Amino acid sequence: MKYLLLVTSAEDVVVAPEDADPTPWVMEMDRRGLREQGHRLRPVSVSTTVQVRNGELLISDGPFAETKEQIGGFDILDCADLDEAIEVASKHPAARFGTLELRPFWDE
Amino acid sequence: MLATLIGFTRDWDLAEECVQDAFERALQRWPDEGIPRNPGAWLTTTARNRALDRMRRSSVEVVKVREAATMAQPGDPEVDESAIADDRLRLIFTCCHPALALEARVALTLRTVAGLTTEEIARAFLTPSSTMGQRLFRAKRKIRDAGIPYRVPPAELLPERTSGVLGVLYLLFNEGYAASSGDGLLRPDLCAEAIRLGRILAELMPGQDEVRGVLALMLLQDARRAARTDEGGVLVTLEQQDRTLWDQDQIAEGAGFLAQAPHGPYQLQAAIAACHDSAAQAWDTDWPRIASLYTQLATLTPTPFVALNHAVAVAMADGPAVGLPLVDAIDVSGALAGYHLLPATQADLLRRLGRRADAAAAYERAFALAPTEAERLFLRRRIVEMTGAAPPPI
Repeated sequence: MKYLLLVTSAEDVVVAPEDADPTPWVMEMDRRGLREQGHRLRPVSVSTTVQVRNGELLISDGPFAETKEQIGGFDILDCADLDEAIEVASKHPAARFGTLELRPFWDE
Repeated sequence: MLATLIGFTRDWDLAEECVQDAFERALQRWPDEGIPRNPGAWLTTTARNRALDRMRRSSVEVVKVREAATMAQPGDPEVDESAIADDRLRLIFTCCHPALALEARVALTLRTVAGLTTEEIARAFLTPSSTMGQRLFRAKRKIRDAGIPYRVPPAELLPERTSGVLGVLYLLFNEGYAASSGDGLLRPDLCAEAIRLGRILAELMPGQDEVRGVLALMLLQDARRAARTDEGGVLVTLEQQDRTLWDQDQIAEGAGFLAQAPHGPYQLQAAIAACHDSAAQAWDTDWPRIASLYTQLATLTPTPFVALNHAVAVAMADGPAVGLPLVDAIDVSGALAGYHLLPATQADLLRRLGRRADAAAAYERAFALAPTEAERLFLRRRIVEMTGAAPPPI
């Protein structure tokens, strides 16, 4: 099953660089064949929100939702089931200072 | 309408059949009963209900049919009994998966493992049947769509997941035991269901002390049920219960599941319940042992509830003057704000210390917070005892 792993955390959280470095995690999950791809994202200060309402294109600066925790990166996982995906997510360094969300792909 | 049903069932065949059923039913009923105000909505609802029914039935039937098969032919070599046990255990662990909301775990366990109907579960939790149906449906959809595995967890996850399952069982039991709101009439017996599930689990997972512990705890607490309220439905404290009403067979059975030296949280709580159950009279209770078991329990589960019970046990073992400061400390911490048994305990200790005015004030605070009629009646009686005043209106 494929899952989108959303890595969220407060952008102002202070974490030692070595504690936030996902490289060992990426290497492990790539080696196990559980991670298809993923990337860190630029902060929400450079994000752009797009909506179409009544045929009108609305573009605005910044994220749609005003929440403290923002998406800082994502990974696409291919796991046997939710338990495996939870295990993978729990090993991500951001699990210790942020929040990880697992969203299954909508496969018919 | 079909699209709605497909969206609902995510199953084309089932959706089509249910829509057809709804039209057939309309043809039977509308000529006699008249056309409903909103025929489209009537048809959709009827088809949805039919689909819900069918989906629920299919999930329980597999287990039930196999169960019946084993009972009918116990010696039949064709029936692999361990496979049936595995199926059951898989079902329990899947229903209690931590990725499901707690209330969904409870409902799903009752529905698929215990085989209660949605209406019965709804009544047990004082929830509209449609809400409960939705809750169950959503839980099943999450199992399927989120990829929750249908299996007994592997060894590294087993202890954690087992304690999750035990948590669901005990919550179920407590829901029945406390009948947490309203009167207990007409509610299915959740205690009996929880005990039944506990027996099944203890059989499926032999040698697991905590599984036996939760079963022991439920049996030992439930054994006192007949004495917990008087004829008028008023709560009777443990101290004042008619102990001849306690179910001695059940106490013996529960005690049989206790470990020699209790260690896990359920074993410890069961050992405490056994201390109460084995006292022929309230004054025979081994309070120093209970206080020491609570001390052990507090190191494993340092919750304010355990702290409160520990304080009560200390008050019984060493006197109310020693226990009261422990209760007051919990009060000051604010950890149990809004919990009626905190002021009720303070009131009780103050009463024993002869501080009637302080006791009455604390009983008043407990009265304002008490969730059930039985408890309010009991507290009202205490207020009258302390003040001699007319009872507050209910």
